[in-house]
Amino acid sequence: MTHYEYDVVIVGAGGAGMRAALESSQHAKTAVLTKLYPTRSHTGAAQGGMAAALSNVEDDNYEWHVYDTVKGGDYLVDQDAAEIMCREAIDAVLDLEKMGLPFNRTEDGKIDQRRFGGHTREHGAAPVRRACYAADRTGHMILQTLYQQCVKQKVEFYNEFYVLDLILSENPQSAKKGAKVSVTGVVALELATGEIHTFSAKSVVLATGGAGKVFKTTSNAHTLTGDGMGIALRAGLPLEDMEFFQFHPTGLYGLGILLSEAARGEGGILRNSEGERFMERYAPSIKDLAPRDVVARAIAREVREGRGCGPKKDYVLLDLTHLSPEHIDEKLPDITEFARTYLGVEPHTEGVPTYPTAHYAMGGIPTTVHGEVLRNATETVDGLFAAGECACVSVHGANRLGTNSLLDINVFGRRAGAAAATHAAKAKQPAMPADASARVVQIVERLLAGSADASSPRPGEIRAELQEAMDRDAQVFRTAESLTHVQAQVPGLKERFARATIQDKGRRFNTDLLEAIELGFLLDLADVILAGALAREESRGGHFREDFPTRDDKNFLKHTLAYATPTGVTLDYKPVVITKYEPKERVY
Amino acid sequence: MRTAPAKGAATRDAAAKEAATGEVATFEVVLKIRRNNPEASGEHGAGAGYWQEFTVTVHSTERVLDALHTIKWEQDGSLTFRRSCAHGVCGSDAMRINGRNRLACKALIKDLNPTRPITIEPIQGLPVLKDLIVDMEPFFASYREIMPFLMPSGDVPKRERLQSPEQRERFEDTTKCILCAACTTSCPVFWTDGQYFGPAAIVNAHRFIFDSRDDAAWERLEILNDKAGVWKCRTTFNCTDACPRGIQVTEAISQVKRALNTGRI
Repeated sequence: MTHYEYDVVIVGAGGAGMRAALESSQHAKTAVLTKLYPTRSHTGAAQGGMAAALSNVEDDNYEWHVYDTVKGGDYLVDQDAAEIMCREAIDAVLDLEKMGLPFNRTEDGKIDQRRFGGHTREHGAAPVRRACYAADRTGHMILQTLYQQCVKQKVEFYNEFYVLDLILSENPQSAKKGAKVSVTGVVALELATGEIHTFSAKSVVLATGGAGKVFKTTSNAHTLTGDGMGIALRAGLPLEDMEFFQFHPTGLYGLGILLSEAARGEGGILRNSEGERFMERYAPSIKDLAPRDVVARAIAREVREGRGCGPKKDYVLLDLTHLSPEHIDEKLPDITEFARTYLGVEPHTEGVPTYPTAHYAMGGIPTTVHGEVLRNATETVDGLFAAGECACVSVHGANRLGTNSLLDINVFGRRAGAAAATHAAKAKQPAMPADASARVVQIVERLLAGSADASSPRPGEIRAELQEAMDRDAQVFRTAESLTHVQAQVPGLKERFARATIQDKGRRFNTDLLEAIELGFLLDLADVILAGALAREESRGGHFREDFPTRDDKNFLKHTLAYATPTGVTLDYKPVVITKYEPKERVY
Repeated sequence: MRTAPAKGAATRDAAAKEAATGEVATFEVVLKIRRNNPEASGEHGAGAGYWQEFTVTVHSTERVLDALHTIKWEQDGSLTFRRSCAHGVCGSDAMRINGRNRLACKALIKDLNPTRPITIEPIQGLPVLKDLIVDMEPFFASYREIMPFLMPSGDVPKRERLQSPEQRERFEDTTKCILCAACTTSCPVFWTDGQYFGPAAIVNAHRFIFDSRDDAAWERLEILNDKAGVWKCRTTFNCTDACPRGIQVTEAISQVKRALNTGRI
């Protein structure tokens, strides 16, 4: 075991983590700890674009972007945060361009822009070209560009260091109101050696990404297991709005691989088994470019009502065949290749089978607009920050608009990195408790101990059961009955997990161990998602309750805060910040 | 010696059934995997590589990565490999499959002649750490040497730097690189000469050399003109064949050579 000391420790090296590192490492001694090599992070899988009202190709302004974000989020968005994000979007895009990002260009050499779901001009009048993009690999280019800048700036990475615990000065749940709770550091498992290390830090930034692997059908990487959310929860911190999970309308059938909304932005159309452009019925004005929650529900409903395609009538078709092959190849090369590689479908001439796929956690670790982590509805933890998908600012509310996540990671990654460095400049190096690594040692040693005989449960089985149950009962459509059903399954899965053993008993690169630890986080997060979803007896954005099919602003225009306590999940609430836009009925 | 059962016909029958009913066909396949456990002792002791065969039932649509997961989750949890996105964009799971470098998540089993055992080995030329995991540090060290970041000169403009679609087109292909190392570790020169930068580093140099916004092309070209640089390339095209992103790697290297020969970019 080695003990390290840094001013700032950043956990995660996706877009948010690296953007934070670029800021913080200019002013403070910074380390980035990452479970994966930075360029493996899932930011690289983002496709369609990054929103900013540049007005490069048509008239636009950031205030319309704020409105779209608030409405897209079904009015659960904190409007002060959305205003910051949309205003700073323009510089965020220009900064990336100056770092070298190869955006697609207009004929006169400016950054080109295209349409995306829910982005409109003049408060919903018509779709607007707001998404800045690099073919259909915008996330790849952002990840590469930020990594390139980190290489240039000699940012210090600890690759394949898996952070498993966050050490605070005291448990925030037992801290008195007004008491100062501060960060002291993190504990990490070095995958190459199996050693456990402690990192003392004046500031810690959590930027660990999403948790899509709670579900079976997901666009998310295998490694997106909500680790940062999980360690915050275990450290006694709340998670915000976790019941709001985005199901992306167009996952590649059977696999869940993302097919960008850019396909529809470039003119693609969704069709059911009758060949009908069914989005005309659900969103008469912007049709296929309605926000993701609306389109995902429409697809699920078409399938449920017997208008699905294929032998099992369980998908719809994304139709690009009316577009010129040259246009498709130029603007959507990667996703069309996915269709060819994995389904053997030629998008030039055939519709691509698609169905909604778990894509994005709107909720996460609650933060202020400076990335400071909240320990309850009003108080922050000194020195602890979060950004990106693992955080909840909340700029996405109940449903995130496409292209707003690449924006979020850049704007709030930068802000969190800057705030972390500023905090570190005036803080003293915290002392970590002598037993800082105790919890991690206990988790690791329990899994390594014991022999894996036929009677001990396998983590892989437990994970599969969890994911299947979540897909069946907590996906696009939810009811009290379905949620209670899956909720009743979780304690049994947790009990089996407590007895589970792994087969690999080595220390080096023990990915058997790694996956078992990840499963522990997924089980904790499932509890939180389900508790929030069951309590929220309304339908809003990505959370749709068939037994409560309308939005209920009187009772639920508020953010959920969920805490893990020794007796289970407890829920609290926090008001939504409303500045300009009073909640209205949401029609497209 | 193992006799492979005649599975070809069964695979075809299954595919026909699949088309008719929507049921995904399944069949058995043997994966012959190169193992290496740095902590073991005895016959398969530390650093002693050996082959192990696993038989798995797979669906006709599955990738090699799915089969590796089936083994790991149901048969042998100690089987070790890197992976993340599972659809060919993160670059974690480059491995040598039936003698050719591919991403395990982009190689469909049905495309690999599943009637015979499918061999899976770590990519070559980098130190093996455990099973299919290699030490990527030497690879990233070469990448860092070519200064893989934009180096413009002059004042920072207020808005974006202008670049025409034609200017962008010149380096578009090499921006697709995901640093998976499939190209570099398929290169015979890289296998035998540890000094050679390898194709991936040159691809990433190309991405900046031909970017109209960059002003450090000649600094990079100077590095690549070195004895460890582009002149080591014997134009065997292994790299181009190996690239899971379809980058014309050999062509990119040729363009760099041409720039050095002609003094023009």
